[in-house]
Amino acid sequence: MLGFVDMQESHTRALRFARLVEPHLDAAYNLARWLARDAHQAQDVVQEACVRALRFLDSCKGDDGRAWLLTIVRNTFYSAWRKRPPEELNPDIDADHALWSDRQEAWDLDPARLFQRKTQRERIDRALLRLPVEFREVVILRELEDLSYREIAEVLSVPTGTVMSRLSRARGLLARYLKSEDE
Amino acid sequence: MHCAESKQAVGPYHDGELDAESADALRQHLAECASCAMLSDQHARLRSTVRDGTTYFTAPHELRARVTQLARTSPWSWLRRRMQLPSWAFAGALAAAVALSVATTLTLIQRESPDALAREVVANHVRSLMVDHLADVATSDQHTVKPWFSGKLDFSPPVDDLARDGFELVGGRLDYLDGKAVAALVYQRRQHRINVFVLPAAGTARGDRTWSINGYNVVGWNQAGMRMWAVSDLNALELDRLHRLLQAKANGG
Repeated sequence: MLGFVDMQESHTRALRFARLVEPHLDAAYNLARWLARDAHQAQDVVQEACVRALRFLDSCKGDDGRAWLLTIVRNTFYSAWRKRPPEELNPDIDADHALWSDRQEAWDLDPARLFQRKTQRERIDRALLRLPVEFREVVILRELEDLSYREIAEVLSVPTGTVMSRLSRARGLLARYLKSEDE
Repeated sequence: MHCAESKQAVGPYHDGELDAESADALRQHLAECASCAMLSDQHARLRSTVRDGTTYFTAPHELRARVTQLARTSPWSWLRRRMQLPSWAFAGALAAAVALSVATTLTLIQRESPDALAREVVANHVRSLMVDHLADVATSDQHTVKPWFSGKLDFSPPVDDLARDGFELVGGRLDYLDGKAVAALVYQRRQHRINVFVLPAAGTARGDRTWSINGYNVVGWNQAGMRMWAVSDLNALELDRLHRLLQAKANGG
């Protein structure tokens, strides 16, 4: 009767998988795509993440799988990344003051120029791609996925204070990059 | 609030992460301090620039298709994944188990086959709800649904609209059951979707049967040379009512 019990179990799991994972595939892919900066790698990351999500379905508490799935996507991406040369990852990112500008002028975005450019989307995408990956991910999670600080902290497994400071630095850099795109 | 504090608070303020008291204090400060007010405007602008202007990558179809298949592959492959065995090891173990038990289970399989079919009915029903592909021909008009099946099946399924009795015909599609292409008629009662599978009755006529499998109710019956299966999360009583109504139609009711 193993077959029958197993069939029932796999059936329940299929339902739960459909509810927890499938509604958030776009979010998963968008995050992976922005992390990996490559469509093929992003697909591989999401597929691998979904296999893990299915295996660890029970680790999702509650009925909203978004933050949980994004956590798995992110971990999958980084564990794949660590197999490659690590020079792009910066473990001291939070202490790196070269990346942090308090200067007021960094925020001087000219709204007219920002909104009139035909290539505005490309410029913004390019600026975002220039961000170190640790900063890029908080911007994606906050601005594109609209996650709260608490949810981002959960996905990144860092304190909310770190989320706040990374977001602040990321925005400072982003404003600077956008401005330099204008020049 | 001082400028130093305000600079820290502007980001969380626009993110909606500031408590009401701090937000009030910040607003008060922004009203009095031009330079902080400018910073706040720039935050708001950057925020809308990024939100509206960044490319959002949606999952490609082939990725979505692969992922939705993950959990729906056969229970055996799921078991294999869970046991983390390579496929050849699993196949070997399975073959050994089958060889051992084949003699003793032959009679068992015979007796169990209707239930296996009922489970297949439930699986088909669930799949039809999951993939958002409930109907190939989506219409409440029975005179559209019935001809749609001709040429696709070698039998003509009975198609009745029972809207007056509270079972609205939603449409029809082709499905696969018991190794054959079958007609699937989709009905709706309140929020409940009902699949009615129609296939030519096999030689050994089985009478009315009901099952409850994983929270779904299944009714099987014969009418006018057809074997009918109705499945839904609707309660058993109402599902049986649909069965009676369809049977009455078949008998010229």
